[in-house]
Amino acid sequence: MSLQQIIFLVVAAATVGSAIMVVASRHLIHAALWLVATLFSVAVIYTLLNAGFLAVVQVVIYIGAIAILFIFAVMLTRRDMRDTGPQHNRNWWLGALIGLVTFAGLFSVLFFSSAFNKTPAPLPAGYDAVSLLGDALVSPNAYVLPFEVASVLLLAALVGAVYVAFNRK
Amino acid sequence: MVPLTWYVVLSAALFSIGLFGVLSRRNAIAILLGVELMLNAVNVNLAAFWRYGSDLTKMTGQVFAIIVFAVAAAEVAVGLALVISVYRRHNTVIADEIDLLKW
Amino acid sequence: MTTETLLWLIPLPPLLAFFTIWLVTNRSKSLSHTVAVGAALLSWAGSMLVFVRALGVEHLGAHPFESAVNWLPTGDAWLKIGVRLDPLTTVTLFFVAWTVLMIFLYSVGYHNYGQPPGDHDRPGLPPHGATLAGRQVPSIEPMYSRFFAFIGLFAFGMYTLVVSDNLLTLFVGWEIMGLCSYLLIGFWYAKPSARDAAVKAFMTTRIGDVFMLLGIAFIYSATGSLSYGEIFREEVLHTLASVPTPIFGLSAAGLMGLLLFIGAVGKSAQFPLHVWLPDAMEGPTPVSAMIHAATMVSAGVYMTIRIFPLLSLDAATMSIVAFSGAFTALFAATIAVAQNDIKRVLAFSTISQLGYMMAALGIGAYVAAAFHLVTHAFFKALLFLGSGSVIHGMEHGVLHTGDHVDPQDMFNMGGLRRRMPITFWTFLIGGFALSGFPLITAGFWSKDEILADAFGHGHLAVFTTLAVAAFLTAFYTMRQITLTFLGPARTKAAEHAQETKWTMTTPLVVLAAFAIGYGWVGIPEHFPVLGPLSANWFHSFVGGTLAEHPEAVAFSVVPLLTSLAVALGGLLIGWLVYRNVRTAEHDRLQIPLLKNKWYIDEIYQVVFIRPSFWLAETLTSKWIDGALIDGVLHGIGRLTGRLGHTLRNYIDKPVINEFFGDGTAHVAQWFGRSLRPIQTGRVQNYMLLALLIFMLVGSVVFYVLLA
Repeated sequence: MSLQQIIFLVVAAATVGSAIMVVASRHLIHAALWLVATLFSVAVIYTLLNAGFLAVVQVVIYIGAIAILFIFAVMLTRRDMRDTGPQHNRNWWLGALIGLVTFAGLFSVLFFSSAFNKTPAPLPAGYDAVSLLGDALVSPNAYVLPFEVASVLLLAALVGAVYVAFNRK
Repeated sequence: MVPLTWYVVLSAALFSIGLFGVLSRRNAIAILLGVELMLNAVNVNLAAFWRYGSDLTKMTGQVFAIIVFAVAAAEVAVGLALVISVYRRHNTVIADEIDLLKW
Repeated sequence: MTTETLLWLIPLPPLLAFFTIWLVTNRSKSLSHTVAVGAALLSWAGSMLVFVRALGVEHLGAHPFESAVNWLPTGDAWLKIGVRLDPLTTVTLFFVAWTVLMIFLYSVGYHNYGQPPGDHDRPGLPPHGATLAGRQVPSIEPMYSRFFAFIGLFAFGMYTLVVSDNLLTLFVGWEIMGLCSYLLIGFWYAKPSARDAAVKAFMTTRIGDVFMLLGIAFIYSATGSLSYGEIFREEVLHTLASVPTPIFGLSAAGLMGLLLFIGAVGKSAQFPLHVWLPDAMEGPTPVSAMIHAATMVSAGVYMTIRIFPLLSLDAATMSIVAFSGAFTALFAATIAVAQNDIKRVLAFSTISQLGYMMAALGIGAYVAAAFHLVTHAFFKALLFLGSGSVIHGMEHGVLHTGDHVDPQDMFNMGGLRRRMPITFWTFLIGGFALSGFPLITAGFWSKDEILADAFGHGHLAVFTTLAVAAFLTAFYTMRQITLTFLGPARTKAAEHAQETKWTMTTPLVVLAAFAIGYGWVGIPEHFPVLGPLSANWFHSFVGGTLAEHPEAVAFSVVPLLTSLAVALGGLLIGWLVYRNVRTAEHDRLQIPLLKNKWYIDEIYQVVFIRPSFWLAETLTSKWIDGALIDGVLHGIGRLTGRLGHTLRNYIDKPVINEFFGDGTAHVAQWFGRSLRPIQTGRVQNYMLLALLIFMLVGSVVFYVLLA
């Protein structure tokens, strides 16, 4: 087992562990914080994958915006739900079953197919992932359209969220 | 060298956990937490496939992951806005109690 | 105007009168009788003109006046109809015209024209008297115009029959007269007896008419024509005489003749189809005179005389005709002696005299039969009109005295000689003519000729029968005259009887003149003293109708003496017996058998009428129609009902309604109710369900279908 593999395993364990804590936590605020941990672990995964930009964006957007948003939402909806009572609904076992089955299915397909058994190609000299990414995002031959559409989507979401959550008192 | 399989299995695990969270948590916000987990699993998958692709000059995987970020953000924003709005109206965030479409 | 045109036109005025009265002048009594009598006068004038012209033609029989038109297209040829004036037609037209005119005139007075309408008179019943200045007087007939319309139609029928040159239009006229006899016998339709009599007359003559139609059809199919000129040709007759038929071994001619004769049996009321004539006295007296003396019954004899060439070809048919006639003559005469109603006597007398004519034809006495036909028409019409006059006088007496006796019963009369002289003398003349009073009455000459022919040609059975019948004829005639006119009046009504008006007595006088004088045109050549003075015009004229001029029979004293004996003897004995008879109880000849017409009517009732009714009411109506046919239909109806019920209760309701209809609904409801709980409204439940199913389907697809 090479060093990279060991690091990967540790980070993967952290990710999975925090993810389990997210869905199993008794207090909702704890779940949100465990989500932050999960997201951070995922950023580390990105780094391991030489996708540095993604790691940074993950931290900034997911943790910096989305997780904060979750915490705000939890705080704003705390009237009745004082972290008491069961956190899982009556059919949680069915959900667990489904999750298990899904994982088992995916695992059996993925682990035992030879297509995924490859090693990464070494990065070429002078490889600049960020500028390539930037080119890809704004080049008309590449993905400028989805990029623009995504921005429109964000605008729509922004407007929509404001409107939906608007307090009309 | 970490085989691609490991990353993909990790992604599958994250996805399954997220699925479990969506299906079994009572609080609506907790459900959205599960959704976020699932989206992250997808992103991991995409990034892994990009890195283990044959042509590293093609940034398709990363671009896709960026777009997913944007979508996840939008979705969380709107979703939480909805939860807050529902909380204001019905005074509860427990998904089981929001059953106006019950027969 | 040519004779042929006149012949076409002669039947028309009465027909036009019928339509005019029916459609236009119905309300006005005076207009109606004017139209009718005027029409009769026109036809009479036409007939007289034609008669005079015909007399001037040499050998009219060989060259008759004829005119025919194409009527019915039959394949290549046409059936022609037309008019024909040969000697037989001429003499027939003569008496028809005179008697019709006289009867029309008589009817004006008979129906009390000029009298006030009755107190309780209704259309349909005979008039019953009106009150005028406190006294009861005869009242006018309510259906006055209707009567004249009908006799107009009747006259049309008779004229058509006489002038026609073919059996088809003869039959048309025949049937029109049949219809009119029904209408006129049943003239007073509110009387049930009149209605029954009308139906009886029609039905009985119909039986004869069926056979006649068969005969006509036979003639047509055998010869291809119905015109006299065609069928009485030498070659045609010869062929018909030689062709045998399977019926009774008669030749074709004989069978045709027999069939047509049966028609005449019905129409001229010979035995056994005579039953309608006595009952037909229900009609008004002018009707009785017209139909049963002068015209309709004469039509039967006329037709038989017409087809004499056909009849004479077969000896068997001739025998049948002769014996039928002779028997009828005697049969009817025996009944007549026991009748009390003045018109019934005359009815049976008519039957008897027609039998004479048939007998004459049967023995081949063509001219004698025609002669008797003519003279009979005159004196019988006279007698009937006279009896009508008597009845009228009696009715006047009834109304005057309030003594309600039957004005038609002879035993209620008596002594009318003094009260109604004109009627008496004319009736006497008629009665003597009927009896055959020698020399001065027409009846003598015609009857004598028949007897002479019978004797001369050796038909002694017929001769004897006719002689006996002649005796009885004289007897009952004298009985009638004695009871009616002679002796003292037997009832108050008879005492106050009154002579009738000129419209009634004038025809009596005219007819009486003919009853006396007409005989003199037929005096046989070899008659002592008178014979050589007058050529037997009638014989030579009428005899010319036949292809072979019939020979006058050789003179013999035996028939002459016989006829003198029976006539005078009958009259004398009749007077002697009845001049002292006061009431019906004293009349020894009221034998029930004779009085009840030999119970023929009762026999017919049992043998024919009741079985027919049974057949209609029970067999056909009740059994076949009611039980069988209706039963089948009802059965089908019930079956269908039961089928419907079964289908409804066993298929429609349980299967289709409950199982399919309600069942589907229940199943759908069950599905809905079962699936309803899925709709919890909880998002997570929806997701769970979706994922579960996805997994299920996915595993099926992955592991089963793609294996």
